[in-house]
Amino acid sequence: MQNGISDEMIEYVGILTKLELSEEEKEQAREDMGRLLSYIDKLGELDTEGVEPMCHVLPIQNVLREDVITNEDQSRELLGNAPCRRDNMFVAPRAF
Amino acid sequence: MELLSLSAVQLGRAIREGRTTAVEAMEAVLGRIEEKEEWLNCYITLDKEGARRRAQETQKRIEAGELRGPLAGVPMAVKDNLCTRGMRTTCGSRMLETFVPAYSADAVMGLERAGAVLVGKTNMDEFAMGSTTENSFYGPTRNPWNTDHVPGGSSGGSAAAVAARECFFALGSDTGGSVRQPAAHCGVVGMKPTYGTVSRYGLVAYASSMDQIGPLCGNVEDCGAVLEAIAGIVPESDSTYVHRKDSFQGALKRDVRGLRIGLPKDYFGEGLDEEVRNALLKAARLLEAEGAEVDEFDLGLSDYALPAYYTIAAAEASSNLERFDGIKYGYRAGNAEDDLHRMYKRTRSEGFGKEVKRRIMLGGFVLSSGYYDAYYQKALKAKALIKGAFDKAFFGYDCILGPVAPCTAPKLGESLPDPLKMYLGDVYTVAANLAGLPAISLPCGMSRAGLPIGMQLVADCFQERKLLQIAYTYEQCRG
Repeated sequence: MQNGISDEMIEYVGILTKLELSEEEKEQAREDMGRLLSYIDKLGELDTEGVEPMCHVLPIQNVLREDVITNEDQSRELLGNAPCRRDNMFVAPRAF
Repeated sequence: MELLSLSAVQLGRAIREGRTTAVEAMEAVLGRIEEKEEWLNCYITLDKEGARRRAQETQKRIEAGELRGPLAGVPMAVKDNLCTRGMRTTCGSRMLETFVPAYSADAVMGLERAGAVLVGKTNMDEFAMGSTTENSFYGPTRNPWNTDHVPGGSSGGSAAAVAARECFFALGSDTGGSVRQPAAHCGVVGMKPTYGTVSRYGLVAYASSMDQIGPLCGNVEDCGAVLEAIAGIVPESDSTYVHRKDSFQGALKRDVRGLRIGLPKDYFGEGLDEEVRNALLKAARLLEAEGAEVDEFDLGLSDYALPAYYTIAAAEASSNLERFDGIKYGYRAGNAEDDLHRMYKRTRSEGFGKEVKRRIMLGGFVLSSGYYDAYYQKALKAKALIKGAFDKAFFGYDCILGPVAPCTAPKLGESLPDPLKMYLGDVYTVAANLAGLPAISLPCGMSRAGLPIGMQLVADCFQERKLLQIAYTYEQCRG
C-alpha cells in the first residue's frame, strides 16, 4: 500500500476532522501518519477472504426502555457549562 | 491502628466494627495527600472539604445501620473521565478544563450507594490516549516507587494514588490496557472486566467498542468487592450485557487444582524483558505447585492485535470526539465569533493536545472514502480472526498467563518523542479489548532497579470469577 502521505491528504483529513494545523504541525502529522500507516499495513499480510468484519464481540442488543422522564429540570446546570449563553439558550457564531 | 496499611475491605470492616470511622479514614488519606501529592500529582481535582463532609455523612449512615457493605466509609478516587455530578471532570484535557457534569457515571453511583467516599479525580492521559500519563494538560503523574519514572497510563493517576495510599482504591478505564498497565507499573491490582460487565454510562467515550471501566486496588479481595459494586445492568446503558447475580467476592478462594493455565509462546518471545519473563515463569511455577496444569501453547495472530487495535481505536475516537465543538460545553477559542466553522477548527486545535490530534487524524483517515475498506474494514476482519484465536485457546485453557508490559515503568520523557514505540508497549494488553475478554494485572515481583513487575491473567468472556480465583490463589501462595 502507498504510504507517502501528500500535502493534499493532510489538508483533507484536517477538513474531515475539523482541525487547523500550523505548517510545522502538518509536517509532523505527515511523518507520524506515514509511519503509523506503514505499521498498520501489516494487517495486509492476513488472509481475510470470506471473513465478516466484527463490530461487536458479544451479541449485544440495545436495551430498550419506556421514554419516561426521570430527571429533574437540569437546564441551569447544563447551560452552566456552555462557553457562551444568553437567556436560556446556547450562543453559536454565525452559521451563514 | 495504622489505617493506611489496611486494605479497602479491612478498612471497611474496621469501620463497621467501630474500631475506626469513615472520618478518621478520610483524614488519614488527606494527610497522605498533603505529604505526597506535591511530588506525585495523582489528582487533577481534589475537594478536601467536600470529602470531609461526605465522610461525616457516610459515618452517620453507617452508625444508623443504613450502610453495611464492605466498602462503606472507604475513601476512593475516580479517574477524571468518569462523570461526577458537581465535581469538575476534565479528561486530562484543556478542552474540559471547566466542565462540571450534571450527572454521575453509573459506576460512580454504584460505589456511592455502597458507601465509598469520593476523595477526588485522578490524572490521566488526555482522553485516555497514552500509556504514561504524560499526555495530560495538568502535568505528568510520577511513579510512587521511583519519581523519575512514569506510573504508566492512561489511568496513571489512579494507579499511583492507590500505590501511594492517597486513596484505598480507585476506578480507571481500560480501552487498550489503561487499567492493567499502570497497575503493573505501580505494583497494584487492576482489572478490566468483560466488555459490558460495567455500564459505560457517564464514561467519556474514547473507543466505545472497547472502553470498559475497571477497579485499581491494593489486592485481589478489594478488586472483587469493587467489581461487585460496579457490575450490573442499568437502563441508561446501551451495552451492559447481562446482569448475573454472581458474587465476585465468593470467588475468592485458594484453589486452582485442575485448572488449565496456558502460556502463549508468542508472548514470551523477542521484546520481553528478561527480568519480566523470569518473574512470570516463577509465578507460573507457583500456580503449578498449587495444582494448576500449566503449559505453553501457540495463541497465534499476536502480531496483528496492535495494528488492528490502533486502527479501530483511532476510528472510533475521531467519531466520538466530534462532539467537542465549543458550543454546549468545554473550551471555546476566541477571535472566531464571526464564523462557525472557523470557531470549530480553532477550538479543537487549541483545546486538544498533540496525541489526541494525532489519533483523531489517523481515525479520520482510516474512515475516509477510498481508505475505509483497506484500513478500517480490514481491522474489523482481523479482529474477528483474533477473537477466533482466543475462542480456540479457551477451548483448551481456563486462563492465559502472560506479561502486562514488555518492561517495567519507563523514565519520564523517554516515551514521548516516538509515538509508535509507545504504542508497541501495549502489545500484550490490547487483544483483551479487541476480543472483549476479562483480564487482571497483578504484581509478581520487583526488578533489580526496584520497580514493580506485573503479570496478566486473561479468561474467556464472563469468567471474572475464575480469574479472581486464580489471581487470589496466586496472591495467597506468593505470600
